[in-house]
Amino acid sequence: MKTSKFSQLSASVLANAIYAMKNFPVMLVNTVLAPFGLLIIIFFVSHGTLLNVGILGGFILVMVNNGISIQGDLTHLRNDMKLQDMLVSSPVSPAIYVAGIALSELVFSIPDLIVLSILAVIFIHISAISALTVAAVMLLTFLFSISLGFFISTISRDVIEGWAFMGLISMVLSTLPPVYYPVTYIPMPFRYLAYISPTTFSAIIAQGSIGFVKFSSSFILISWTVLIVVSIALIVFAIKRSRWREE
Amino acid sequence: MVKLIVRNLSKNYKDKKKKKSSALKNVSLDLDINGIFTLIGRNGAGKTTFIRIVSTELLPTAGKVYLDGIDVVKSPKDIRGSIAVIPQEAELIPWMTARENIYAYLLWRGFSFKEAKERTNTVLSRFKLEKYADKLPRKLSGGTKRKVLVALVISSNAKIIFLDEPTTGLDPISRRELWEVLNELKKEHLIVLTTHYLEEAEELSDYIIILNKGKLVKAGTINDIRNEIGYPYAIKVFGGFNKNIKLKGKVVKKNDGTFQVFSDERSANDLAKKLIKTKVRFSINPTSLEDIFYMLVGDINREEENENE
Repeated sequence: MKTSKFSQLSASVLANAIYAMKNFPVMLVNTVLAPFGLLIIIFFVSHGTLLNVGILGGFILVMVNNGISIQGDLTHLRNDMKLQDMLVSSPVSPAIYVAGIALSELVFSIPDLIVLSILAVIFIHISAISALTVAAVMLLTFLFSISLGFFISTISRDVIEGWAFMGLISMVLSTLPPVYYPVTYIPMPFRYLAYISPTTFSAIIAQGSIGFVKFSSSFILISWTVLIVVSIALIVFAIKRSRWREE
Repeated sequence: MVKLIVRNLSKNYKDKKKKKSSALKNVSLDLDINGIFTLIGRNGAGKTTFIRIVSTELLPTAGKVYLDGIDVVKSPKDIRGSIAVIPQEAELIPWMTARENIYAYLLWRGFSFKEAKERTNTVLSRFKLEKYADKLPRKLSGGTKRKVLVALVISSNAKIIFLDEPTTGLDPISRRELWEVLNELKKEHLIVLTTHYLEEAEELSDYIIILNKGKLVKAGTINDIRNEIGYPYAIKVFGGFNKNIKLKGKVVKKNDGTFQVFSDERSANDLAKKLIKTKVRFSINPTSLEDIFYMLVGDINREEENENE
């Protein structure tokens, strides 16, 4: 029998995103509202001055949260449904399965991305180049988040443990770092702590691209380098940790 | 017929403290099988490990396995199109209906959207599951959920289906219903089953292997095993068994205080006469799989027993 890789990719997207949203619309509401809590707080506290930065922060939070969600989903499907065991003994390859689940996380973020894009068009008046820059940053942010989530799924033995990891990482990557406000608002020497999180560099590039904060071009270059290196390192690490057939 | 060749198969696990435990120890087999092939044994006997290795989920520590002429250890991809597995404790994905579960599984296996849809409808109708098709798993009974899982793997048209303890936790009626389904399916597929319900194994199996503590105890059809053991009759003695009674056979003391005497037809006849004389209550039956299992695994575990020749 000839197997269709497109069907195999679609199966993950259908199972992990489309059917979940269709049969449990409350999940959609929950996902859509997630980035707006902080955005509203930032909006009121800054009297509206940080709205544009907050919208960019919303994009980063959506990418991080949906990216690392892969670990909870993979752990749940593997441990509680035994889906991975069923699929190992089938023609689907591990790469297609994981790529499909990763794609499903991206599909889950589409409603958020649409709402945030509308807000960006209205409030940021973003240029085409800035939009492309932000899109590239979001893609890298999603890639390292998904790789990190995948890596954690290989070490978490239980979905409860997985959820705990998810909450922790979400806080470390999207709530604590200066994602919804500029890094320059953090006084020295605490600012150095912010540089531990790769999302700080995502925010620096995104905020710089819309001209909200002026960073030197060398600093922007360093930020791109950090983001690319972190993404590649985490992807390689995740691939090395992955195992389809148990040993 | 499907050929299953297993050579010196061993599997060791290491726990967190690097302490080694053996789940399978040098298992070797050479069988031509069809219908329902059942692995029986107590919990921890190595049934699931065996099935996981043969179905390419798990790598062995040592040994070779050839299924349908394919080396499943070295070339797992070559067999994966022909097999389908329902692991122990597998569940339907709870946020998807029965129909969606089957459809997604078929897409994962690489069927086109059109074919997956057609196959989903066909299998739902074949298993008389149409009225449950659009319900979420939480609204289905345990038996129906298990039936949907079986329908799901059958829809793939895989030649060999592995079912790891498919009836565990089901009520007796659901279990019987699933037996009917399996008896129907064995006409078209080789079904590899694990169970610790011996009456289920006896009812369904065409071939059996008995595992105990990772070792192969016996393999073959029930009749082969019965003949090999050489005790076609089992006499259950309720009450004291006089060890001075001479008989050709084997005596096993059971945990409930009764004695099981395995013997040939003539000795069984002699013993029955003596037991009637001494007014000891007893029953006599052809040796069942449960008797065989008790005799063999009882031996291995060195339970209290006597051997009289």
